[in-house]
This record gives sequence, C-alpha cells and structure tokens, in this order.
Amino acid sequence: MTDAAPLTTADGRPLKASLASAQARSRRRAFLLVLPLLLFILVTFVVPIGQMLFRSVHNDAFSANMPNLVAWFAENPAGTDPDEAAFAALAADLLLARENRTAGQIGTRVNYDLSGSRSLFTSGARSANRYEAPFREALLDKDEDWGDPQLWQVMRSASSAYTGSFYLAAVDATRDETGAITWAAENRQIYIDLFVRTLLLSALITFLTFLLGYPIAHLLATLPLRYSNLLMIFVLLPFWTSLLVRTTSWIVLLQQQGVVNSTLVATGIIDDGNRLSMIYNQAGTIIAMTHILLPFMVLPLYSVMRPIPPSYVRAARSLGASSWKAFRAVYFPLTVPGIAAGGLLVFILAVGYYITPALVGGASGQLISNLIAYHMTTSLNWSLAAALASILLGLVLLLYWLYDRLIGIDNLKLG
Amino acid sequence: MTAPAPIFLSSCDRTACFQDHLLQSAAAFALVSAQERGTKAAGCNRGTDLAEAMTDGAFVEFDRVQKSYDGETLVVKDLNLAMPKGEFLTMLGPSGSGKTTCLMMLAGFETATHGEIRLDGRPINQVPPHKRGIGMVFQNYALFPHMTVNENLAFPLEVRGMSKAEREAKVKRALEMVQMGEFGNRRPAQLSGGQQQRIALARALVFDPSLVLMDEPLGALDKQLREHMQFEIKHLHESLGITVVYVTHDQSEALTMSDRVAVFNDGRIQQLAPPDELYERPENSFVAQFIGENNKLRGTIETIAGDKATVRLATGELIDATPVNVTTQGAQTLVSIRPERVEFKPEMIPADAHTIEAEVLEFIYMGDIFRTRLRVAGSDDFVMKNRNTLGQRRLQPGEKITIGWAPQDARALNPM
Repeated sequence: MTDAAPLTTADGRPLKASLASAQARSRRRAFLLVLPLLLFILVTFVVPIGQMLFRSVHNDAFSANMPNLVAWFAENPAGTDPDEAAFAALAADLLLARENRTAGQIGTRVNYDLSGSRSLFTSGARSANRYEAPFREALLDKDEDWGDPQLWQVMRSASSAYTGSFYLAAVDATRDETGAITWAAENRQIYIDLFVRTLLLSALITFLTFLLGYPIAHLLATLPLRYSNLLMIFVLLPFWTSLLVRTTSWIVLLQQQGVVNSTLVATGIIDDGNRLSMIYNQAGTIIAMTHILLPFMVLPLYSVMRPIPPSYVRAARSLGASSWKAFRAVYFPLTVPGIAAGGLLVFILAVGYYITPALVGGASGQLISNLIAYHMTTSLNWSLAAALASILLGLVLLLYWLYDRLIGIDNLKLG
Repeated sequence: MTAPAPIFLSSCDRTACFQDHLLQSAAAFALVSAQERGTKAAGCNRGTDLAEAMTDGAFVEFDRVQKSYDGETLVVKDLNLAMPKGEFLTMLGPSGSGKTTCLMMLAGFETATHGEIRLDGRPINQVPPHKRGIGMVFQNYALFPHMTVNENLAFPLEVRGMSKAEREAKVKRALEMVQMGEFGNRRPAQLSGGQQQRIALARALVFDPSLVLMDEPLGALDKQLREHMQFEIKHLHESLGITVVYVTHDQSEALTMSDRVAVFNDGRIQQLAPPDELYERPENSFVAQFIGENNKLRGTIETIAGDKATVRLATGELIDATPVNVTTQGAQTLVSIRPERVEFKPEMIPADAHTIEAEVLEFIYMGDIFRTRLRVAGSDDFVMKNRNTLGQRRLQPGEKITIGWAPQDARALNPM
C-alpha cells in the first residue's frame, strides 16, 4: 500500500501538485497581507540589528585612512619591531591624514584601545608636512610616544577593519603588546560589574513583581467580572500614563525632602537628620522599575489564572488537602506557565531598561543600557556600544533558550 | 451490606408496600438488609417504625438550613432533610433551585447562613472541607491536568500520609473497579469524556469515604454513555455500600438511580419520595409538572368525598380526580393526568368514570408509542400516549373521540 504509485486526482494529476495549485491563490493572498509588516520589520528591526552586530566587529576608521601602514603590517608578521620603513609609512599616512582631515577619526579609533593617543595623531598630522627622512628619528623627535610598542600593537590590530577588540573591551579585557588577552584588575572592571549588576537587579525586580503581582492576579481572576474589571483598570492605569511622568512622580515621592520622608519624619518614625535616601541609588531603580514593570507580570498571570476552574482547588480540598497543600500541589503548578511568561517578560524588559535608571538610578543604580547610551551619545564609541548591546542580546537569547528547554515555549502565555 | 442485591427486587417490594399506604419513608426501606427484606412480605407496617428510627440516627442531616449569598434573598429556605447510611439520594430541580448550593454546603465550600448540618450525628458547620472526609465528583470532573491518572488517584492518599506501597495498591484497586486499569500513566487530557468520568469517580472513592457527593457528573456525556454510566454508578453504590448525594437536573437520571429523590424548587424541597411515588403521586403541581410529561386541566371542585372528587372544568365538563391537597368544595384546582394513563377505547375506561370529548390535532408515530395531541376543554396541548400494540388504532387529525381515565390517575392539586 505504502509503496504504491503516488495518489492522483480523477484526471490523473499528482495529488500533491493539484493541492498546491488549488491553494496557491489563497496562499499568495495571505502572503500579500503580511507583506507590509514583513517589510516594516525588515527595515526597522532586522537591518538595524544586523548593522549593530556588524558595527561591533567592524571599524575602518584606521584601516581605510592609513593605507601605507596597513600595507606594512600586512608584509611584516606580528612581533616585528617597527623599522625605518614602518615609520616612513606612518609619516606618509599622517601627511595623507592632514590633507584629508581624517586625523581625528584615526586618532579616535586608536584611542578606543589606548586612551590618550588621540592627540598624538592630531598633532602628528598637523606637522606632517615637516617630517623628513630618517622618519623614525623625526617622529620620535616630535613625540616619544610614537615608539611605544603598545601603540604599535594597537595600530596593528586596528589595521584590519574587522576586530574583536570591542568585545574584549566590553568584558574589560585588552590585548597587551604581545597580543595576549589581559583582564583588567578587579577594582578597575566596569562592564563586567555592570552586567552582573544588571542581571542581579533584573532578577530582583522580577522576583519583586512576582511577589506583588501573584496575589493581585489571583484576586483579579477570582473576583466577579464587574469588580475585576475595575481592578484591572487600576493595574493598567500606569500603562496609560507616560513613563516619564511615572518616573518623575517617584522622584517627588522618594527624594530626601519628598512625601515619604516627610511623612516618616512627621510621624516620628525617623528623625529629621536621618532622612532615608531612597532615590538616585539602587533602591530608587528597584522601586521605580518594580512599579513600572508590574503590569507585565500581572497580565500573563491573570490570563493563566482566569481559566483555572475553582473546582480544581475544591476537588483537592474535598480529597483531604489543606488549603495550603491544595494551593501548592494543584493551583500553583497550573500557574507556572504564567509565572514563567511574566518572569521572562519582566526580566528581559528590565535587562534593557534605560529611562528609569537614568532618571532615578544615580551612580549605583545605573544599568548596562545606560552605559550603552553613554557610548552612543557621549563617547561616540559606537562600536563598543554595539558590542555591549550584542552581548546583552546574546544573554537574552540564552535566557530564552533556557526557558524553552526548561518550560517549553508552547507553554508561554502572554495574555 | 450483603452482596449486590438486585435493585429490581427492592423496587417492586417497595411498590407493593406503597400501595398499602403503610410506609411513609422509603428511605428506611432502602437500607433494610436482605434478611429483613425477607420478612417484609409478612409485615409491611414495620416500615413506619423504621423510618422514625432512621431520623434519629440519620447519617446526613440538614436541620433548618438557610442560605443567602447577598443578605437579601434566600437561596435555600428552611431545608430539613435526613438520610440514612447507604442511601442514594438525588437532589433534582431546575437551575437556580438551590440544589447545588445544598451540595456545596454539605461539602463545606459554602457555609450555611442559618441552621445545622450534621454528618454521622456530628455538626460539621465549622469543619473545613478537607476534614470532612467526603468524596466528591465534580461536574467537569476537576481532574488535575498536570498529574497523571495515578497521581490524581494517589493525591487523597498522599495527603493522608499513606505509605507508597499502600497507595499503589489502593490506586490499582480503584482503577480496576472502574475498569481503567491500563490508563494509570495517561494524563486526563488524553482521555475521553467517559474515561475522565470514571477516573473522577475512582478518585472520589479511592480513600474510602462513607459519603460521596456527585454534582451533575454525567452532564457532559452523550446520551448512550450517560445511561451506561448511570448503571455503573448505581452498581458501585450497591456493591460498596456508600451513601450518595447526587445532584442533577435530569429527571430520568434521578428516577433511574435513586432510592429517594428530593425535588427542589425555589429553595425548598417540594417533595421527597422514592421515584415511583414521585412519578405516580406528585404532591403538588410543580412536582407533577417537573417529573415526566403531564396534562393539566384547570377547574373547581364540584363534589368531594374521601379519596374521590369530581371537578368542574372551565368549559363545563365534569371529570373524576383524586384530591391530594384540596379539601373544600368550590376550591380552585389543577388536575394532573399522565399522558399514558389517558384512554380513548371505551372498553379501557372504567365503567363509572366520567368521560370527556376530545378532538385529535396531531398524531406522532414514535416507534414504541403513539403520541397524540388533543384539544380537550379548550386547551390545545393535552397529550395522550398509547402503546404501539398489535391492532392499536392510529388516530387521524380532526377525528372526534371520547377519552377517560381511572379516578386515581387524575390528581387534583392546589394550583401554584
């Protein structure tokens, strides 16, 4: 039976081909309907993400503007001491940079890996028309730093447009003059610390939203519809208010002269000299973000709890389980998909949160996205920002994968 | 309890007794063991004493129970009910009649606003549900979806701290009892409705409760399966000797399965009686209407003497009836007659009975019976059912016939 000739329609066409052509029209129409969204996502999401990933490993500010030196690095293997030819190439490139006014770009690129070297290039290029052979002496005469072996190591790595040095920088590592990876001293780590803090704070915030959101979601799911709708409005109200307004209202409440502190002082719980600092630090970030992200926990929980019939718990109770046992053995396991969905949602949102920590976080409440923003807007090291963002993206994807392995993505219920 | 005594035997016994009007409470009867039943033929009148004895030692007792949800209206009004151990009692009624509320109060999920509920002589109003030791089968089965069948069944044993070996043995036995032995490792979602029903039943019985509550357990099954399960539940009840309180709105289910049926309406028990009494001798017009098909004729009492009365209908005809809860001449009454007790062949109508003219409006062939709709005394929905016997005449619409019935088949009730 199974080895028989493929099935055909009444007039002898293969069944598969017939089916395909019968459905072709509706399939084409379905595709046309999603096409606008597909294009939109392509333009606004796929392309920028791709560009970001690309930028994190690609920077041609040096390699495109220093052709002679790039050629020299290509001819001489790593570890070769810079000879007269190398300095001649450098001098020629500096002259080129002076003519094209690219010394700033080049200097900035090298400066990413070796701070303080930008001015070396700008001033070096300014007087590039005065260098004469022997170039080695001429340049060293101009500035001793041109002989720094680490500078040459950095220039060698920058001579390729593709580099992993931004990723190294993003995890507080650099390459020394021999090209080996060295890690920054514990107390000088910036990014690792921030990643760890971001993950810990996000986990804490997720846990807090769960703690606060679970009972309210349960209440919403069990109340009669007219009460639960009213309560739902209160849960959703923050959604309809500007994020900025909500965050600044926390400033009003939590600052040293704010409502909470004044109330505590007025009621005599704390004295005037010991006002609590609840804002512009981690506490501020935690409080404000927990509040803002709470609906993202409540809604998935609610959507999972609503369809659980009360008869499950009743059945457990009638079978002899105390109310705690009935909750733990029957109700709670049934809400796990909601907890997981809410947890995943809140955690991922928290990991990438920017505005709230920027406004109320102070120094200790900053998250990794604040540093990404700093590199995007202030230090203009877009490649490093891209590398940091890529690591963050990787972490989130890892988390998603873990979730899929542990709970199964089919169980995700987002509302 | 001794062996699975055939239910049929007990029910015909019972009928014999009722005809003597000696037994007031059939509940007592249902409990009587096989030996006692043997002596019953000799002295049916023992039933009365037994019924009284039962009320004293009732296993489940509602004592003046009232329930209100909003403090303004009563859902259950002054409920009094006593049932002996081993009885199968059905609470039957339309939705909103308070029957499920009563069940929930018994299970402990609702608290009585007033009155006392006693289980085995002990007041249980303050006892939380998990300490009542009552098995319950829910309408939608309420099998825990995240547990396998085995885990579902082991749950009540586990919370009672039973050892693993003991649990496994009991679960196995319970599954075999409902013929689901090989389904232990499935999840509820992988079972059909009927199979889930069996598992729910097994789970409610696995910890050997002496009282089992069932809340419309067969509501979601198709007709054939439902009838099959009715029989199985009945069989389990008899072989295990458990006491069952069963809630349903399906009257045929109630009549088929129960020792006694409590008909609920408007928060009160309208009548509490064995199925045959309920069907044949409804005490008020609600019960007459709710149980089975029923013809109603409105009129006033013309004469009344003992258990015989004549009723003058609005259109002037005179009919015979048995007065039930009307006592005075000239009182308004609603006469109720079962369609299958209406006769149109002169030789089938008792000689001294009053007859009444009727016009055939519709004739429906239903296989085992013929259902004929008649116009009688100005009402268009008078129904007569005749058995499809050899030579039974099929009436034609438009035909004029004369119908009648035995006086004891027409019951004059007070109109509600």
